[in-house]
Amino acid sequence: MAQAYSTEGWITADGRKIGPVLMEMKNITLRFGGVKAITDISFDIREGEIRAIIGPNGAGKSSMLNVISGFYVPQEGEVWFRGAKRPPMKPYEVARQGIARTFQNIALFEGMSVLDNIMTGRLTMMETNLAQQALWWGKAAREEEEHRAAVERIIDFLEIQHIRKTPVGRLPYGLKKRVELARALAAEPKLLLLDEPMAGMNVEEKEDMCRFILDVNDEFGTTIALIEHDMGVVMDLSDRVVVMDYGKKIGDGPPDDIRSNKAVIDAYLGVSHE
Amino acid sequence: MAAAVTPSGDPQSIPALLMRNAATMGGRPAFREKEFGIWQSWTWAETAEEVRNIARGLMVLGLNPGDHVAIIGRNRPALYWSMIAIQMCGAVPVPLYQDAVADEMAYVLEHSGARFVIAADQEQVDKVLEVQSRVPGIEQILYHDKRGLRKYDHAALTWLEDIARDGSAAQQRVDAELDARMAVLGPDSKCVMLYTSGTTGTPKGVVLSNRNVIETAKAGAAFEGLTPDEDVLAYLPMAWAGDYIFSIAQAHVVGFCVNCPESTQTMMTDLREIGPTYFFATPRVYEGQLTSVMIRMEDAGRMKKWLFHTFMDHARKVGGRILDGETVSFADRLKYRLGDLLVYGPLKNTLGYSRIRVGYTAGEAIGPEIFEFYRALGINLKQLYGQTEATVLVAGHPNGQVRPDTVGVAWPGVELRIDDKGEVFYRSPGTFVEYYKNPEATAATKDAEGWVATGDAGYFVEGLGHLRIIDRVKDVGKLSSGQMFAPKYVENKLKFYPGILEAVLFGNGRDYCTAFLNIDLTAVGNWAERNNISYTSYQELAGHPKVLEMMQSHVEEVNASLADDPMLAGCQIKRFLVLHKELDADDGELTRTRKVRRNIIASKYEDLIEALYSGAPEVSTRTEVSYEDGRKGFISATLTLREAKVFPATPSRREAA
Repeated sequence: MAQAYSTEGWITADGRKIGPVLMEMKNITLRFGGVKAITDISFDIREGEIRAIIGPNGAGKSSMLNVISGFYVPQEGEVWFRGAKRPPMKPYEVARQGIARTFQNIALFEGMSVLDNIMTGRLTMMETNLAQQALWWGKAAREEEEHRAAVERIIDFLEIQHIRKTPVGRLPYGLKKRVELARALAAEPKLLLLDEPMAGMNVEEKEDMCRFILDVNDEFGTTIALIEHDMGVVMDLSDRVVVMDYGKKIGDGPPDDIRSNKAVIDAYLGVSHE
Repeated sequence: MAAAVTPSGDPQSIPALLMRNAATMGGRPAFREKEFGIWQSWTWAETAEEVRNIARGLMVLGLNPGDHVAIIGRNRPALYWSMIAIQMCGAVPVPLYQDAVADEMAYVLEHSGARFVIAADQEQVDKVLEVQSRVPGIEQILYHDKRGLRKYDHAALTWLEDIARDGSAAQQRVDAELDARMAVLGPDSKCVMLYTSGTTGTPKGVVLSNRNVIETAKAGAAFEGLTPDEDVLAYLPMAWAGDYIFSIAQAHVVGFCVNCPESTQTMMTDLREIGPTYFFATPRVYEGQLTSVMIRMEDAGRMKKWLFHTFMDHARKVGGRILDGETVSFADRLKYRLGDLLVYGPLKNTLGYSRIRVGYTAGEAIGPEIFEFYRALGINLKQLYGQTEATVLVAGHPNGQVRPDTVGVAWPGVELRIDDKGEVFYRSPGTFVEYYKNPEATAATKDAEGWVATGDAGYFVEGLGHLRIIDRVKDVGKLSSGQMFAPKYVENKLKFYPGILEAVLFGNGRDYCTAFLNIDLTAVGNWAERNNISYTSYQELAGHPKVLEMMQSHVEEVNASLADDPMLAGCQIKRFLVLHKELDADDGELTRTRKVRRNIIASKYEDLIEALYSGAPEVSTRTEVSYEDGRKGFISATLTLREAKVFPATPSRREAA
C-alpha cells in the first residue's frame, strides 16, 4: 500500500479514515530485575487504525501490551496518550481514559452469566453506589436500564444472543473469547487492546473473529492494537505492523513492507549464524 | 383506502387483507420480533404503514406490476413486510432459501428474472454480488441489516430503511398509483412464487394465485377454529410454502400475531417465551426436544426420575385418549390431573407448549413414540400432508382422530383419488397455477381437469378412511425376486431410533437390500460418554465396533418387524455400513429440507454400494466434502461392512405382492 503518510492521517485503500496519532510510545525500556523485556522501543498508534504487534515467542509483545494498558510501568521512556504524557497510573484509571483489553488466557468470571460478565465492562461508567444499586430504585434502576441497553447492542453486534443467560464456565473456548471482546467493547473504549484474539481457534472461529474485529473498527471507529501469531490474520487485518524480536523493534510499517523486510523474515524463519 | 373486495366485501389479496386488518383491528399486535433482548411489537396499523412506505419506496425505485423480486434472509418482520409491499405494487415476491450457496441461488435468480433482490444482511448480499455477473437481470440489491456493508459500492445497493424513507417522502406523488395497482389485484392475480426444493432435478417455480393462497388459508383457519388471539413462531425458512401460508396468509386472513425469533440459535428460548398457540415443526424439532428432555432426565435425581417415569407411564396410557375425547375412568382422570400439576404442566412450560392448541408436523414421517409422547402430555399434535403445488394443505388429522401412522383425511375443499399404480392425486382450490416458464412440467403434473399427481404412493386405510403414504412412487421398485421395494418406509423405521440420523436403502433390481446409516452425533455421543467409549472425531465414533453392534441390533429389530408385513418382507436389510461423514445439503446429498437425494448418493458412493453387494468385509474410500465457506476437501476412511440377520416372512404372507 502506497499511502501518503502525514501527521493528519490518510485514507486507506478500502476507504477508512486513519486519523492523527492517538498513542505514542517513546523509547520504552522495561526491565524485570536483570532481564530486559523491552529495549528502547518507539512507535505510535493512530486513531481509527488496526495496529498489530507481532514477533516470535518471548519477543516482549505481551509486555508491550501491558505497558500500553498501564499494568507495567516502564523504567525508561514515555507513554503519550491523546496528546498528553501519561503519568504512572492504576489499571482502572487507564480504563477510565478509554483503553480496554482482552487477555491471552481469558479472564472472565466463570460462574457469572455472559450478560453479567459484559455488564462488568460498564462498571467504570456507573455512577450510583452499591447501596443504591441494591435498592434498585430511581436513578440506580434507570442507570442499569441504560447500561443494559448498551450491552444488548453489543450482544446483538457480536451475535451471542443465544448464550446471553449461560454461565461463562459452560461455554466453549471460541465463544469465551467473543464474550471477552464484548466485555471490552462494553467499556466503549477509544483504544481496544487484543492479546492474541485468535489463539487456539479453528479456521471458522478465526474467520468469525476477523469479521468482528473489522466490524468493530468500522462500526464504532475504535482504534485497535492487537497481538497475534497467525500471520495470515495479521497481514489481512492490520493497517500497520510493529515487529519485535528479543525485546527490540525490528520492523514497523504496512503489511506489504513487513512481508518483504529481511530482518523480519530472518526472525521468523531463523537464519544461520556463522 | 382503496382495496380490491369481492361483492361480499372480502378482500382478495394479501395487501387488501392487511388494509382491512389495519382498519378493523389496528391496535392489535401483528408482528413481534425479539431484538436487543426485548420483544418489540408492531400493531396492524403500524405494520400497514411500514408496508406502505416500503411499497412507495419500491415504486420510486421503478418496480413494475408483474416484476419478480427475490427475498433472501431469515424470518424477520421487515422481510415479511417487504413481501407484502412487493405484492402491493402488483409485483411478485420470490422468497429464496437463505442457506443456499451462491450457485444454487444463481439458478433461481436467473430463472425468475428478478429485477430487485432484498437481502437480509452482508452474508446474503455477498452471495448475490458473487452471482451478479452471471445473472444480468438484477438491477438493485436492497439490504436490511447494514452491518459491514458501509464500504460497499452503493451504486446498485440500497438500505431498506432508506427505501422506506424515500417512499414516505414520495407519498403524495405515488399513493394514487399504488392504490390503483392494489385495486386491480384479484383472485387470479399472481400472489407469490415459491421454488420447490428440487428433490429431483432443478428447482421449479410454483406460481400461486391469490385465490390459491387465501382460499387455502381460510379453509385451514376454519378447520382448526383459529382466532385473532393465536400466536405463531415464524422460524421455518421463508422460502417454504408452509411459512408463507402460516406466517403471512393465515395471519392476514385471521389477524393473529407472528413472532420472529431473535436469531436462529435462540429459537428454542424464544419458543418458550412466546408459548405459541398454533405451532408447526418438522419431526426433527419434536424429536430434538424429546431427546434433550430424556437426556436431562437421565441426570436428574431419583425422586424426580421416579415422578417423571410414573406419571409419563400414566400419561401414555390415558393422555391421548383424554385428548381425543374418549371415556376415561374418574380415577385415571384424577391421576392425570395430578400428573399435570407435578410433571406435564412444568414440562410443557419448559418446552414452550403451555398454550398450544394445535401443533402440526409434516415433511417426514414422525416416530410413533415421539408422536405419542407429545399427545400424552396433552399437546394436540397432528400430522399434515401436503406440498407446495397444493398451497401446502392436502390432508390432515381432524381433532379427535389422530393416528401416528396416517396423514389423516382430505383437507376441506380437497378431493383425493388414488390411481391403479397407487399414486395419490388431489384437486383443490389451492392447486397451483403453473410452474414458471415450464409448461411441459406443468402439463405433466396437472391434468386438464385440475388433478395433480403428488408423486407419492399411498392408500386409504380400511375402515378408517385415513390416507397412508408409503413412499415416492418413483422410488418404489422391485427386488430381482419381484418383491416390493419401498425404501422410504424402511428408512423411516430405522430413523425412529435415536442413534440413527439418516438411512439410505438400496435394493431396486437387486437380490437383497442393503443400507447406509448415519449416526446421530448428539445421541450416540451421549451414549458413548455414558458408556466410557472415547472417540476423537465423528468418523471414529461412527466406526467404533460398539456403535456398529448397536446399529446392527437396530437393523435386526427393523428386519424382524418387516418380516411381519407380507408386502414388505423383502425389504429386510442383509448388509449395511455406517457412513464416515454426515450426509449434508452442502454436498448435494440432501435437499435443503433435508430429504435424501437417492440418485446423487448412489452415484457418489458407488464404490461403497458395490462393496456391500460384493460380500467384502471392509472397504476403503475417499469422499469429497464442502465446507461452509464453499471450499472443498477430502476425507478418507476404511469402513466395516456388517451382515444383519434376516428373518423369514411370517406364515401369514400372501403371495399377492
